[in-house]
Amino acid sequence: MGDGGATDPTGAPRTPGRPIDGIGTGATTVEYEHVSKAYGPAASRRGAPGAVNDLSLVVPAGRICVFVGPSGCGKTTTLKMVNRLIEPTAGRILLDGMDIARRDPIALRRGIGYVIQQVGLFPHQTIGENVATVPRLLGWPEARRRERAAELLDLVRLDPATYRDRYPAQLSGGERQRVGVARALAADPPILLMDEPFAAVDPIVREGLQDELLRLQEALAKTILFVTHDIDEAIKLGDLVAVMEAGGRLAQFAPPAEILAEPASDFVARFVGADRGLKRLSLVRVGELPLIRAVTARPGDDAADARRRALADPFPHLLLVDAAGRPIGWVDRGRIPDEGPLDAGRANAMSPLFSPRTTAKEALAMLLDAGVQAGIVVDVAGAVVGLLTLDAIVELLRDETGPVTGGAGAGEGGTRATAGPDGGGTGRR
Amino acid sequence: MIDWGWVVDHLDELAGRAVQHLYLAAIAVLVGFAISFALAVWAARRSAVRAPITAVAGILYTIPSLALFAALVPITGLSVLTAEIPLVLYTILILFRNALAGFDAVPPDVNEAADGMGYARGRRLWSVELPLAIPLIVAGIRLATVSTIGLVTISGILGDRFGGLGFFIFEGYRRGFPTEIVAGAVPSIVLAIGADLLLVEAQRRLTPWEAAGREAAGREAGGTVHPRRDSR
Repeated sequence: MGDGGATDPTGAPRTPGRPIDGIGTGATTVEYEHVSKAYGPAASRRGAPGAVNDLSLVVPAGRICVFVGPSGCGKTTTLKMVNRLIEPTAGRILLDGMDIARRDPIALRRGIGYVIQQVGLFPHQTIGENVATVPRLLGWPEARRRERAAELLDLVRLDPATYRDRYPAQLSGGERQRVGVARALAADPPILLMDEPFAAVDPIVREGLQDELLRLQEALAKTILFVTHDIDEAIKLGDLVAVMEAGGRLAQFAPPAEILAEPASDFVARFVGADRGLKRLSLVRVGELPLIRAVTARPGDDAADARRRALADPFPHLLLVDAAGRPIGWVDRGRIPDEGPLDAGRANAMSPLFSPRTTAKEALAMLLDAGVQAGIVVDVAGAVVGLLTLDAIVELLRDETGPVTGGAGAGEGGTRATAGPDGGGTGRR
Repeated sequence: MIDWGWVVDHLDELAGRAVQHLYLAAIAVLVGFAISFALAVWAARRSAVRAPITAVAGILYTIPSLALFAALVPITGLSVLTAEIPLVLYTILILFRNALAGFDAVPPDVNEAADGMGYARGRRLWSVELPLAIPLIVAGIRLATVSTIGLVTISGILGDRFGGLGFFIFEGYRRGFPTEIVAGAVPSIVLAIGADLLLVEAQRRLTPWEAAGREAAGREAGGTVHPRRDSR
């Protein structure tokens, strides 16, 4: 986070935390205190959701906590106990210190946003009516409901004029899921529960929805409890990740970097996968990595001077940039003329361009794809900031995976790689 | 073959009987629907009562109508009740089963979302489940209406005061006068078809989202867009 780029649909900058009047006004701490849910044998036969065993954890206000684990591990049960769609058999759940068992379930639910995998839009209502569901239940007057529905459609980047009067059947899966999120936010609940919300859409749409959620969260700062079976999604979205295992036990509860660096058990290590070193790359942004300085010159500059500077630098290429510092292309330092002005015609192939926000994982993929040793990091205006080399990323992998294997080094990592993520019979998915 | 002169002479009487026919059928369908709908709501909440209700409604449905009319005469006499009770009973199987199927057809995720957002039970039934069950409920009402309009003719067995257009069928048969039989049967068929068309139109107006959904599905499949499809 940190570079709060949230803007409202009109393009005006917004203060993070208050994107629209009345939205994003607060978040709530969610606390599980020795919560268990046991199902009898009959219920289990009917395919009841997973049990939960003595779960205690605290999700701080304004954070995204992702519950992840194999099917039947109780993650959905854990979520649904917060809005009392499922009642725990033991323990308490506190919202800002208040026991939810003492609250009227109907009123409680109206104050908690709820998004599910199949979205569950009302097919017989227009998109506008769907979004305004909770405001309608709360008895808001019609004009205010319409206004709020429009604001929220804007917020999830669906044009109200186009979408308000359509029916859900007329939308694509990705659009429906956005409407689902808008509907959950309609009455500005401090908490959002999201039960595998993006599992039913294709991978490209899913990625877009994930980015959108992170963008919204920068502005809204809700407390979000999110369930998924996809560890990559958990790592990408979670401020905190709760890995659950069969029997509804909490295997580990920590920030994603810690889960990857120091899995608490063999189960967690297997679940996050043998490639967890690679996964860590998705948590690191290019801007956080050591960049090397690029030797740059502009077309028209004195070639002799540029040549001298390039030869003095360990990196064997000169980067031609335009007047604004934007990259034009590379010139091999051996081919720089001895005298006269530099000319742009000498520049050849460009490298991949990264923004400081690009993840190290994306950068690695782009470098490998382009078959080059270094990429150019540019700022918002497109001006060169520095170079990111493949070596710097590899170095990062070495640093990060080092402590994971507790000094055993590549040997243990190799063992896991051959065992595979499903090695111990505790399969993913 | 048809004695048009008789038809012209009896137009007033035909119209009166047609009206009687319609109200006998309408009362039966309305009362039958009220009973069936309540039973379906109950069965949708409590699955244990599904099978017994379906069984009883099924048994009632198998009783020959003539026998039932006859059996009721000693109890309720030659009253409207005697005409209506069998008509109502015969609608229940169809209406109950369709209403229940309508509730069953509500997608589980829609109900879950409704619960999760804080719908109270009654409100969910009324403003979420009922609208979504309309297509199947109306399909049931159409079937029940058409079959009831047919059955009303048989209540003519109870005498001159009942039977709607069936009165002419019975009388024509007794007198060996084919024109009168046809004069009772054909309008009765026309009433059934007319009522059916009316209900189709009512459903179309009640469920505007169905057309939108079909249009979208048609576009997606790249197929022909059917502006209207009967839901049976």
